[in-house]
Formats: sequence, structure tokens, C-alpha cells
Amino acid sequence: MNCLKFAELLQLKPLYETDKNIEVEGVYIGDLLSVVMSKAKENYVWITIQTHINIVAVAELLELACIIVVEGMNVEKETVEKAKELNIPIFSTQESAYNIACKLSSMGVK
Amino acid sequence: MNNRPLKRYSYRIIANDFMVAGKGSSSIKSNLKSLGIDATIIRRIAIISYEAEMNIVIHSFGGKIHCDIYENKIVLISEDTGPGIKDVDLAMTEGYSTATESVRELGFGAGMGLPNMKKYSDNFEITTGSEGTRITVTVYL
Ligand SMILES: Nc1ncnc2c1ncn2[C@@H]1O[C@H](COP(=O)(O)OP(=O)(O)OP(=O)(O)O)[C@@H](O)[C@H]1O
Ligand SMILES: [Mg+2]
Repeated sequence: MNCLKFAELLQLKPLYETDKNIEVEGVYIGDLLSVVMSKAKENYVWITIQTHINIVAVAELLELACIIVVEGMNVEKETVEKAKELNIPIFSTQESAYNIACKLSSMGVK
Repeated sequence: MNNRPLKRYSYRIIANDFMVAGKGSSSIKSNLKSLGIDATIIRRIAIISYEAEMNIVIHSFGGKIHCDIYENKIVLISEDTGPGIKDVDLAMTEGYSTATESVRELGFGAGMGLPNMKKYSDNFEITTGSEGTRITVTVYL
């Protein structure tokens, strides 16, 4: 499953989208950066409620597929700017991490 | 054997500067990439350098990170100017953190940084005192 495609299917709000054709290889949910750092892998979707600029650094270092900020958290302007600079797709949604994860799972993202 | 590194990349890390935090690690990563280093090694170094960098930002008065490239290994050195770690065994315990509430709100303070650094390294050394902390981490190629 491609990042852009499920973003559309899940009606995520794109804060920054790329035309990078990333095949998603998994999902990790977490809000503690050093736990995410240790557990999330390359091409994973990262679901979080964190919105600070540091999430982009984490995503870039781990080469994650994209960040989905859930629960309607307001993402700082600096975070979106950093995502653009580093070319990391970032989306937001009102839904919960659990709902998004369930939907991703039903779409075949394991 | 010549024990000087083939290459050294150094970055100054400023205390409490959350807006640029991660930049040193990001630069190290792209340098290692351009050297053609194996992706698994790069991932380990990225995790180690990020945790070291954030610890300097959050817990120290500022410092530097050096990434030394040798024929058979990469050595990452994190050095800062204090206040040092009072109890290293405790600091190395998963879940132990002195991070403040405001830093925890940003997602730091799981108390996993130092344990992660150790976990992803082949060799991990730490010396610390009130004048500062120096951590030397080796990853073999
Ligand atoms: N460079 C440093 N200078 C002084 N104290 C430090 C330094 N690095 C770590 N510490 C101390 O060791 C504790 C544990 O560090 P560790 O990186 O494991 O966790 P953390 O930084 O608190 O949280 P996390 O890394 O999970 O976001 C810190 O809370 C802090 O008290
Ligand atoms: Mg830490």
C-alpha cells in the first residue's frame, strides 16, 4: 500500500504531501520519542499525538514513510515547515490512533 | 596500527535548542550515506547520535558530537560541559529520567535514551563528573 493512496482513502488532512511513491512496510504507534526511535522501522507509518518539530527529525532519521498526527492535535507551523524541508509526508486527522490503525490493517498494511 | 580516524565529522550542540535539535544526527547520517556505509549500520548510528544529541540539548550545558570513521568501525563521541550524571547505573536503567514536565510534553523523558545507545552499540563507555559527561560508542563495520 502506498502512502498517498491510503491518505486519500482514510481522508487524512495533508499538511505536507510528497509525490514520493513509498510502499508502507508497517505501522508504529507511539508518543515517547526514544521508544519510537528504537522500535519504528524504515518505511513505517508513524501514528502519534506529538506535534513538535522533533517528530520530523525522528521520521527523517528512521526514514519513516510518513507521520499521522491523530486526535485533531494542532501541528505547529515549524513542524510542517521542517517536514517540507526534509520531504517527510505529514497528515492529520480527528480520529484516534486505534481507529487509524484498524483501518490501515483492514487495508492490508500489517 | 594507525589509530587516527580516516575522517571526523563534528557538530556543536547547543543546550535547550529544540528547534534545531536532530540536525547534527541528520548531518552525520547523510555523511555516512555518501560514504556508502551499510544501511543497518547507519540506522544504528542515527539512533545513537540522536539520543546523544538530545541528551546534550536537554540535560547538559551544551557540547559536541564527533563521528569518527575508521577502516573497521565508527566511533561516536558525545561530550558536554556538565552538570554530569550523578548515578550512572541509575541513569542507564530503562525508564529512569529526570526530564522536566515541559520536556516530557514534547515526547522526551521515557528514560530510554542511554539504554538505546547501549543496545545499538558494540561498545559503550561513559565517564562523567560535575565538569561534564563523555560518552564513547563504537559500532563495528
Ligand atoms: N549528557 C547528560 N548530562 C547530564 N545528565 C544526563 C545526560 N544524559 C543523560 N543524563 C541523565 O540520565 C537520565 C537518563 O537519560 P536517558 O537518555 O536514558 O533518558 P531521558 O533523556 O531522561 O529520556 P529519553 O532519552 O527517553 O527521552 C536523564 O534523565 C538525565 O538525568
Ligand atoms: Mg535521553
